[in-house]
Amino acid sequence: MSESVTTPNLEAPDAFYADLLSAHEKLGKEESDAFNARLILLMANRIGDLGELRQLLEAAKVDRVSKQQY
Amino acid sequence: MTKLFEVPLYPYKRTADQDAPAPVRHPVVIIGAGPVGLAMAIDLAQANVPVVVLDDNDKVSVGSRAICFSKRSLEIFDRLGCGDEMVDKGVVWNLGKVHFGDRQVYNFNLLPEDGHKRPAFINLQQYYCELYLVERIRALQTEGKPVEIRGGNRVENLHCYDDHTLVTIETPEGAYNLEADWLVACDGAGSPTRRMLDLDFVGRVFEDNFLIADVIMKADFPTERWFWFDPPFNKDQSALLHKQPDGVWRIDLQLGWDIDKEKEKKPENVIPRLKQMLGDDVEFDLEWVSIYTFQCRRMEEFRHGRVIFAGDAAHQVSPFGARGANSGFQDVDNLGWKLKLVLDGKAPETLLDSYSFEREHGADENILQSSRSTDFITPKSEMSRIFRDAVLDLSEHYEFARPLVNSGRLSVPCTYDGSPLNGPDVSSLPQRTRPGSTVVDAPLGEDWLLDHLTGEFVLLGLGVDIPSDNEINGVSLTGITIGRENISPELRDRYLGNAAAAIYLIRPDQHVAARWLDCDQTEIGAALAKAIGGKVQ
Repeated sequence: MSESVTTPNLEAPDAFYADLLSAHEKLGKEESDAFNARLILLMANRIGDLGELRQLLEAAKVDRVSKQQY
Repeated sequence: MTKLFEVPLYPYKRTADQDAPAPVRHPVVIIGAGPVGLAMAIDLAQANVPVVVLDDNDKVSVGSRAICFSKRSLEIFDRLGCGDEMVDKGVVWNLGKVHFGDRQVYNFNLLPEDGHKRPAFINLQQYYCELYLVERIRALQTEGKPVEIRGGNRVENLHCYDDHTLVTIETPEGAYNLEADWLVACDGAGSPTRRMLDLDFVGRVFEDNFLIADVIMKADFPTERWFWFDPPFNKDQSALLHKQPDGVWRIDLQLGWDIDKEKEKKPENVIPRLKQMLGDDVEFDLEWVSIYTFQCRRMEEFRHGRVIFAGDAAHQVSPFGARGANSGFQDVDNLGWKLKLVLDGKAPETLLDSYSFEREHGADENILQSSRSTDFITPKSEMSRIFRDAVLDLSEHYEFARPLVNSGRLSVPCTYDGSPLNGPDVSSLPQRTRPGSTVVDAPLGEDWLLDHLTGEFVLLGLGVDIPSDNEINGVSLTGITIGRENISPELRDRYLGNAAAAIYLIRPDQHVAARWLDCDQTEIGAALAKAIGGKVQ
C-alpha cells in the first residue's frame, strides 16, 4: 500500500472532525447512514483513480478485535 | 388482422431425406430456428456451406421477447445481408428518464459517438427480427445457396460419434434419421439438445421473474425509455417502459423469485399496475402478457465433440443490458467462419476450441455485467440498499453520480483479450482496436469501413499499399489499401493514433487478429496461421 494513502494530509484535522460531527448532529440513525453513503460517494468521485480507491478500501480494513481486551 | 406470429413461415414439407435408404449426411445441422439458429444458417449458406435448420415449430416467436438489438448485432446483420430491413423497421431512441420511488431523478440524452454507420441499438420485436432472417434465407435459396429450414421437425434423439452425430427426427409423417458432421444447438434456454446429451448447465448466479407486456397506446406517447427503481406500483423492484415499432410499447416489471405466476399474469392484476405507471388518463390495449423466468448461468463447455452450443442454449443472463440475443449473434459470428475453414480442411478441428474459449469469455463478461446491474437494482443487504439509494438521491442533484446508476449496461461486443488466436500487437496504437477487439466502424470515402469487411480474412493497410488479392496456404486474404489522403479523422483516431501508418489483420468475424506499424509476408503468414488455429506454416 502506498504511504500517501495513510500519511497525515488533513489541513485542519480538528475543524474537519467538528464539521463531520455537526453534520450528523440532528440526524437519526437512518439519515446518518444515508448521509455517510452520500459523503463516501462524493469523496470517491473527488479521488477518481480506481487504484487509489482500492488502496483506501484496503486501508479501512483495520483489525479492531486484537486491540481490545475481552 | 392476422398477427405475424400466427402465420406459418416454414410449414412442414416432406424431404428426400425421409425416403432415403440410409441416413443422409449433412455438413452442418442446426437445431432451432430462433434468431440465433437462423443467423447461423445465413452465415454458413453465404459461405456455401450446406446447412439444414430443424425446428419443431413453423412460426416466428409470439410476443415481443428480445426487443433491443445492439449496434454490433446490426453490423452482423449487415454482413448477413439483412441489416437495412432491421434498421428501417426499428425504433431509435435517445432520451431516457430515470425514476426513483415516486419521483423522476434525472433524464439523459444518449448522444452516441459519431462516425458509425449504425446507431447504438434499435428496438424491434423479436418476431420482426426472425421474419427478416427467414426472408434473407428465402433470398439465399433463390440465389441457389444450400440452405433449408425444416419446420415440424422435432429432434427426438442424438447419438454422438467421433466424426458425426446421428439425429433422430420426429415429423407429422413419422420419424427419420440424418447424420451431421457438425451439429449446432441453438434451441434456447431450455435446450432439449443439452438435456438429451445429459450436459450440465451450472454456475447459477441468480434467478428472477419478469412480467413482460406489449401494450398499444391509443394516443401519442413520447419515444423515450423510462426506468423506475423501487416505484410505488412495484415496491423493491424495477420497471421499464420501451417503445417498439407499430405503436407497441413494451413494459417489463420485475417480480422477484417467489411469486404466483398465474395470479400476476391476470389482466385484473396487470392493468391497475400499468395505469399507475403510465398515468390514469392514458388509454391503452393490452396485446400480450407473459412471465419470463431466467436463471443467470452458462454451460461449462460450449463445445462437446461434434456438438456445439450457441445462444441461450449455452448461456443465459438477466435481461438488463440486452445481453441475451445480442450475445447469441456474437456466438454465431464467431463460429461460422471457423466451421467453414474446418469443413474445407484448411484449419484443424481444434480451431473450434477457440470458439469455446472466446465465447465462454464473452458469457462470463455478460454474467458479470448482469450480476452488477442486478445488485444495483435489487440490493441484497441493508448497506447495499443504503448505497444504492444514496447514488440515486445524488443523481437527482449532481451529474457525477449518474454513471453509477446501473439499470443495465448495454451490450457491447466482447474483446477476446488473451485469445490463442491473437497475434502481434503494437501498444502505441489505439487501445480500442487491439487484437481481440471488434473492428470499430468509421467513415471511409462514400461509405463505411465495415461495408468492406464481408466475411473473408482482410489485410487492411492504412497509409500502406497492400496487394488486393492474396492467398496463403489456401486461405484467401483480401487486401484493402486506404491511402493517406483517404484516412478520415475517425479512422486516424480509431486505428492510428500518432502513427503515420499501420497494417491490421482482420478475421472474417471483423475482430482484429494482429497489427503492425510495418511487416513482411512472413509475419503476416505466421499471424494468419495463428488466427486459424495453427495449421498453416
